[in-house]
Amino acid sequence: MYQLLRQIAKTGIITEPAPQPDESLRELEQRLGEASLKRFGRSLAIRHVDAGSCNGCELEIHAANSAYYNLERLGIKFVASPRHADMLLVTGPVSRNMEEALRRTYEATPEPKLVVAIGDCGCSGGIFGESYASCGAVSNVIPVDVAVPGCPPDPAAIMRGILTAIAAPAKER
Amino acid sequence: MNELSLQATPIAGALPAFHASIGPSELRATCEKARALKARLVALWGSDETARGGGYALHLALALRAGLLWLSAPLAREAPGYPSIADLYPCASRMQRAAYDLVGIHALDSADQRKWLRHGAWPEGAFPLRKDFSIASRFAQADDGYAFVKVEGEGVHEIPVGPVHAGTIEPGHFRFSIVGEKILRLEQRLGYAHKGIEKRFETMTLEEGARLAGRVSGDSTVAYAWAWAMAVEGASGIEPPPRAAALRGVLLELERIANHLGDLGYLGNDVALSFGFFQFWRLKEDLLRLNAALFGHRYLMDRIVPGGVSVDLPREAAARLLERLEHLEAEVATLKSIYDEHAGAQDRFIMTGQVTPELAERLGLTGFAGRASGMWHDLRVDYALAPYAPARPAIATHTRGDVAARVSVRFDEVAESMRLIRVFLRELPAGEIRVALPESPGGRRGVGWVEGWRGEVLIALETTQGNRIHRAHPHDPSWQNWPLLEHAVMGNIVPDFPLINKSFNLSYSGQDL
Repeated sequence: MYQLLRQIAKTGIITEPAPQPDESLRELEQRLGEASLKRFGRSLAIRHVDAGSCNGCELEIHAANSAYYNLERLGIKFVASPRHADMLLVTGPVSRNMEEALRRTYEATPEPKLVVAIGDCGCSGGIFGESYASCGAVSNVIPVDVAVPGCPPDPAAIMRGILTAIAAPAKER
Repeated sequence: MNELSLQATPIAGALPAFHASIGPSELRATCEKARALKARLVALWGSDETARGGGYALHLALALRAGLLWLSAPLAREAPGYPSIADLYPCASRMQRAAYDLVGIHALDSADQRKWLRHGAWPEGAFPLRKDFSIASRFAQADDGYAFVKVEGEGVHEIPVGPVHAGTIEPGHFRFSIVGEKILRLEQRLGYAHKGIEKRFETMTLEEGARLAGRVSGDSTVAYAWAWAMAVEGASGIEPPPRAAALRGVLLELERIANHLGDLGYLGNDVALSFGFFQFWRLKEDLLRLNAALFGHRYLMDRIVPGGVSVDLPREAAARLLERLEHLEAEVATLKSIYDEHAGAQDRFIMTGQVTPELAERLGLTGFAGRASGMWHDLRVDYALAPYAPARPAIATHTRGDVAARVSVRFDEVAESMRLIRVFLRELPAGEIRVALPESPGGRRGVGWVEGWRGEVLIALETTQGNRIHRAHPHDPSWQNWPLLEHAVMGNIVPDFPLINKSFNLSYSGQDL
């Protein structure tokens, strides 16, 4: 126990400042009013859906929960069910074998809801493209508010995407 | 291949690999002999040879003492079938089902005739890897209608989980049959991440294929890229420069360290020791940032390319890597002693999710999970290629086959990887890092076989003219290990499933393709 406590003390707080929203990532106009956004700003529940990715983007989502990035300090947490979620964080080209599951997950998420597509594949289908087995971009299956490119996008870029989705539209700021 | 009394021809390239053609009627006798020699089944796949004047073909890759044996059995154009080998090699069952779904070759008398990778996206009777099937084909979605095995009895009930999981993990479906908290049976349904990778390869050149190979399973991008490069280099008759070979070793070991660190963190998290998650993910993040600074990519994607590597490591950068490794080694040692002495964590790790050596041998458990269950194979040791041979890698082993054994093997492998990187860098040859890929005539075979962090990754490649791809089969060790997970959880409590699952951390994308 002593060694464990010593390690915690030695490590200290390593969390870095959070990135700023980036309007260039926005796909759809902000659909939410200021009141909803204010609420989301303090507490946002995210359900991650891997719709067919290579698992690269998942590694970076995990990393965004590490101490360096510490998403939770911003009131942003991952939840186990879409029914508890405000936002879906979707990775991968949407495989046709996941198309129905993604649609149902979207329908199970209560309004108001936001969707952030993660990675080159989520944005456009990436190297896998569209085929007999792949629907390509997430926006081919459900509406996408913010899309974050990268292969994979790093944790700061993922955070930037999430924060952009809950930022007030440029004209209101 | 005297061991099997076959007429085999060597496959060009760095590996000791051979190819032999056999008739479908000799398949079982050959596999029986191979099984008796303790040869492992590495992969099974099908191909369409109608465009080359044949019918279809079944292919097997077997690991023999002398090297890798690629067996091909030509099958008839009408009703292509072959005798099932799933009773000899149980891990072949899902591979046979996938080969039917994709190529339409039928494993006759197989006990399990259900579909595997096909859900509802294409109909029965359409086979995506046939040459007359267009990659752009679109069919109306149909119901999967998969026949799960029903477990019946007093007090038995089912917990269906996925394909959208509660955590941040890949998509798959688990059907638990339980009594109280105890798991009687787990049945896996995979294939949700099937995105047409093998068909996509056939639209690409050998050079373009490297990027796709590096995205078969993102956490093993280095292993796949290396296997791809090895296969292409063999088929093209080139050799990577010695400096590139050494740097490939450095990259592969960095990938191994990063993945083991991440999983060791999650294994702590899954036994309510969140300290472990935050500490190990701090170390992993440090390593990923170092990767980005030294090689230009956090996960080292696209750093290994056919002909060599795409980025060099200057002297100062190598010194920085060595210095950071020293720091990392001390940190990991501290965390290891905290894990070792944490009674709560050890209580959850020990005798949880056990795979005995007998079961591991019978079902063909592979990779680090195999090494934790007495299956002491490691390609880096067994067929040490450059740069491994002179570095004399040590194999990490255990026999208890529980979560604790897999944790122990992971810790040992992290330490050994650090030592290997030191050796590679100390003896880093000077010179070029990449040779050009020549135009090759096509109709060549190439094999890449690499011990990735999870286990052995295979690329079996057949080229066609214009440096294009006739057939490329990437094989992930998860094919072998997923069925073992079904066994490992039996009799355990449901809350230990995430822990057991994470201790293996198998790939969905890598097996779904």
